[in-house]
Amino acid sequence: MQFSSFSDFINMGGYGFYVWLSFGAATLLLTMLIMSSRADHTKIIDQIAQRKNREDKLRQARKNKQQQAAIQSADLKEVNR
Amino acid sequence: MWKWLHPYANPEVTYHFTSKLLPWLSALAAIFLSIGLVWALLFAPADYQQGHSFRIFYIHVPAASLSMGIYFGMAIAAFCSLVWQFKLADASAAALAPIGAVFTAIALITGAAWGKPMWGTWWIWDARLTSELILLFLYLGVIALHSAFEDKNLAGKAAGILTLVGVINIPIIKYSVDWWNTLHQGSTVSKLGKPSMSLDMLWPFIICFIGFSLLVGVIACLRFRNEILARNSIRPWVRELVSQKLNNDH
Repeated sequence: MQFSSFSDFINMGGYGFYVWLSFGAATLLLTMLIMSSRADHTKIIDQIAQRKNREDKLRQARKNKQQQAAIQSADLKEVNR
Repeated sequence: MWKWLHPYANPEVTYHFTSKLLPWLSALAAIFLSIGLVWALLFAPADYQQGHSFRIFYIHVPAASLSMGIYFGMAIAAFCSLVWQFKLADASAAALAPIGAVFTAIALITGAAWGKPMWGTWWIWDARLTSELILLFLYLGVIALHSAFEDKNLAGKAAGILTLVGVINIPIIKYSVDWWNTLHQGSTVSKLGKPSMSLDMLWPFIICFIGFSLLVGVIACLRFRNEILARNSIRPWVRELVSQKLNNDH
């Protein structure tokens, strides 16, 4: 142990400001990078899920339309008969 | 070796491999960094000339050498992607660029905070400092190019060319302290065979260096996975993975 007390440790032999500025800036930047990388992960997954939902809805709408068209043409046939 | 490497060209295999690697890398990084930084801050002896300000060294030097190492890795990935069109190489280059930029910024900030008490100035247009600043701009350029195009293949090509041109800067940074008469001091650690440092200062440095390298690995895995997902978003395996993840959340 190179320091006799906690205030000694904070003071860093008069270089406290510079030492803690360095360690603080490094910690802050790295934490921000890790957090944003993790946040990107959930964001990308949400985006893909959204796109999937939209595509599923479109596919469903297309199917409904086809079914309706089929029903209508069947009705018409019945009327003609 | 090619046979062994071949499955890792498949994004799905690589995604799952990276996911398995993540917790182990994170645990190792946490262990090495906590031991290394506590040792560096509390137990390493103060320098006989620089006093306790020397403790900045334990962040500054790993960050600076990793900023160059990451660039080198990014350049190898860019080369593989340009020559052999490996899609995953592009993804890894895009994953590495922001990490390199952050480490370069840390090297510059800690360097300034060390320069102020030792040299009497935050910044000077010295060869080492200027070339490191250029490295930061290269990283920012690569990041900008990666996000400038909707078409990721085109973006990868443009960013890859910039990356390869910028490689010339790496030896300039490395040897700037030998080639020019600079204010920045020469290398103390990498003198092979004869490190000009006492062992009780060198050991915490080695542990910090390994810790920061592992941390680069962790963040690289996180970002690499994101790149794989974003680039393969229409593939069935990604769709399945996404619906599984969302089911687990709800």
